[in-house]
Amino acid sequence: MHAEEKLTYETWPAEPEKSTLEAKNKFLGFWFFLGGETVLFASLFATYLALKDKVPDSTHHLAKDLFELPLTFVATMLLLTSSLTSVYAMYHMKNFNAKKMNLWLVITLLLGAAFLVLEIYEFNHYVHEFHHTFTSSAFGSAFYTLVGFHGGHVAFGLLWITTLIVRNAKRGLDLYNAPKFYVASLYWHFIDVVWVFIFTVVYLMGMVG
Amino acid sequence: MSTYAQKKGFGATLWDYLTTVDHKKIAILYLIAGGFFFVVGGLEAVFIRIQLAVPNNDFVSAGLFNEIITMHGTTMIFLAAMPLVFAFMNAVMPLQIGARDVAFPFVNALGFWLFFFGGVFLNLSWFFDGAPDAGWTSYASLAMASKGHGVDFYVLGLQISGIGTLIGGINFLVTIINMRAPGMTYMRMPLFTWSTFVTSALILFAFPPLTVGLVLMMFDRMFGSNFFEASMGGNTVIWEHLFWIFGHPEVYILVLPAFGIFSEIFAMFSRKRLFGYSSMVFATVLIGFLGFMVWAHHMFTTGLGPVANAIFAVATMAIGVPTGIKIFNWLLTMWGGSVKFTTPMHYAVAFIPSFVAGGVTGVMLAAAAADYQYHDTYFVVAHFHYVIVGGVVFAILAGTHLYWPKMFGTMLNETLGKITFWLFFIGFHMTFFIQHFLGLWGMPRRVFTYLPGQGFETSNLISSLGAVFMSLGVIVLLYNVIMTSVKNERVGNDPWGDGRTLEWSLPSPPPFYNFKQLPLVRGLDAYWLEKMEGKKGMTPAEPLGDIHMPNASFLPFVIAFGLFVAAFGALFNMDDKAWSVPVIIIGLLITFGAMFLRSVKDDHGFHIHKEELMEDDNDKGVKA
Ligand code: HEM
Ligand SMILES: [Cu+2]
Repeated sequence: MHAEEKLTYETWPAEPEKSTLEAKNKFLGFWFFLGGETVLFASLFATYLALKDKVPDSTHHLAKDLFELPLTFVATMLLLTSSLTSVYAMYHMKNFNAKKMNLWLVITLLLGAAFLVLEIYEFNHYVHEFHHTFTSSAFGSAFYTLVGFHGGHVAFGLLWITTLIVRNAKRGLDLYNAPKFYVASLYWHFIDVVWVFIFTVVYLMGMVG
Repeated sequence: MSTYAQKKGFGATLWDYLTTVDHKKIAILYLIAGGFFFVVGGLEAVFIRIQLAVPNNDFVSAGLFNEIITMHGTTMIFLAAMPLVFAFMNAVMPLQIGARDVAFPFVNALGFWLFFFGGVFLNLSWFFDGAPDAGWTSYASLAMASKGHGVDFYVLGLQISGIGTLIGGINFLVTIINMRAPGMTYMRMPLFTWSTFVTSALILFAFPPLTVGLVLMMFDRMFGSNFFEASMGGNTVIWEHLFWIFGHPEVYILVLPAFGIFSEIFAMFSRKRLFGYSSMVFATVLIGFLGFMVWAHHMFTTGLGPVANAIFAVATMAIGVPTGIKIFNWLLTMWGGSVKFTTPMHYAVAFIPSFVAGGVTGVMLAAAAADYQYHDTYFVVAHFHYVIVGGVVFAILAGTHLYWPKMFGTMLNETLGKITFWLFFIGFHMTFFIQHFLGLWGMPRRVFTYLPGQGFETSNLISSLGAVFMSLGVIVLLYNVIMTSVKNERVGNDPWGDGRTLEWSLPSPPPFYNFKQLPLVRGLDAYWLEKMEGKKGMTPAEPLGDIHMPNASFLPFVIAFGLFVAAFGALFNMDDKAWSVPVIIIGLLITFGAMFLRSVKDDHGFHIHKEELMEDDNDKGVKA
């Protein structure tokens, strides 16, 4: 099958993300990339755990003083839901329905953006209420680096998926762009999984002290 | 379309290489750039040995000495050894598995240019108030105290070139998994391909921790964070862990491909199947796995405690087992073979005792209690030069002679090759053998001079004289390269006459699409099997048809160049220079603009049609 070929609902393959050699390569390569990203975040988590609550003196706030469950719970729900909506998008991609796929992707984007807004609000809150900044202590540096790296990944994902939607808005689905949508959704799931770990390791474990 | 037969002007050739996505040309780029940095790192080594040749020498100052040793180590590991190994992986691996190119040709080119600009950036530090001076390991306690911008060059340059290496590794992994020719099962893959595979997996998991370490150091030095600032709660041991979680796998990233090259050489020039093929594969995978469990043997004296030290000591010694398996397999490959002492075979045979010596000192160092005595002395310097020069550099030199005809279509002169070998071999042992004793007698590493009357004079002088021999060896090699290129006597498919694997079934150099028809692989040493049955070449696995090829592109160069520009801005931003922020923005705009272009502009590649392929055949008929 050639990637550029115009297909119809009837000729659309069951696994459009893996039906050309280029697509197979992209699919596998992206999984490996996520493997590398996993090690990257693992290193950041290890650094965070080593530096958690490491502050110069007792005037600085510790994890248990900072975090509030309601805020992070809402953020978590937003991101988890966005993972679900991206699954819907891929469902429609597999059924050759570009319109519905785009609709669900836009919903995914909105949820992701809402998450980012909350995160920015949260950081701002810590800086102004608690004087917990990137430079105030090793704890601060490690916290903002870990959570910020994740936030940066979310922001990149938003830009990436937006570009994909805009670029392919007019031409619909083919075997050239289907794998692109697919790996973008893989990336989005990955971000979600990382957040689950951040939620557990940073926030939940932070609140119990 | 028979591009390789046409004569082109210099400008056209340059443009061709700047935009190429062909793995064979990228291999040549890696070879040239890696070779250049090898000479630069070699000059730095010569300066070190001149300074240490006699006591109380003032050839260079203490500060400059620190810069030279730092740049020597960093250049040799990241900018010479790795790219040279990548050169052979690119040149040979796709041919060995019967592929027409790598899985991501564009990414392959991008990986090269990132490495290249990262390396150039790092070396430009010499021209802007000083090179990095905290050692190639750049321990945070030293690096944070380092004045000037040296360490910033290190941090930024290695990040850029590290990304290049990482994407190169992913590319090789996918290529080997998805693009093997019909019949090329995993257990029929040549050992060099296997070692490329395991090495790439190590790269994938080892480089991210380095990247994180570099990012943290960059944040500390540029943006005022406190990861390594003890008074603010920071901890410099974090750097040591991150660096060595990368650093130990890194030494296997270097030496596994060397093992791969030697495995090919032993089989070829013993004219025998590699002894214990499956145990070789098993040992390679096991070494790769264990390589991640031993990093703290570099930190025995950091104070992790007796339990940690004991665990890491035992794990480290365990690596000796698969390594030993390999040594015996190589010996038994030669056993009963009809051995031909070509230049590559000289290196292979010399590699065994040299590398074993390095392994033995390794096991000595792994005894944690004893390491308190050896650590940070010349004993460690002797150890790692025995494994790296005796293993990796020997393999690179051997590979250069072995694969030169495949890459350039002409053979290096064998007599000159053997002269290079003997000069280098003698020089190497002369330089480093005595350093074991210097270490045991108490000479610390990384000191810029020593006093007379401590018993170090003669040994250091011998060591420095050895460096002269090694330099002469390299000069003869360069002469050999020039003479060979000037004479340019063309050779056929299998110039050594003993080729066993698929790359030797192709013309030298191969056409840009490699295989006109994908070959049918019927066993290990696929080409040798066909030769033994009296056939001239491989049996095709498919009818002659159109071939799909990727388009050349200038974007990889542009993407890497943008990061290079941005890195300059970031560096001078620390001095509050007004122009630095615009420079960062311009650099990032170049990079992201090019990435954006790449992602919105469709690139479907092109097809070579059946008829053109048949014409190529006729071309060759006329030439021969
Ligand atoms: C049986 C195999 C090996 C063992 C048991 C071993 C063990 C060790 C130990 C314990 C050290 C730390 C010494 C110290 O700093 O006090 C060390 C240092 C080192 N080893 Fe090995 N090693 C082995 C093989 C290799 C190989 C194959 C390479 C490279 C190709 C290598 C490269 C290095 C380097 C570069 C250092 C020094 C790093 C530095 O401090 O600058 N080793 N080795
Ligand atoms: Cu090690």
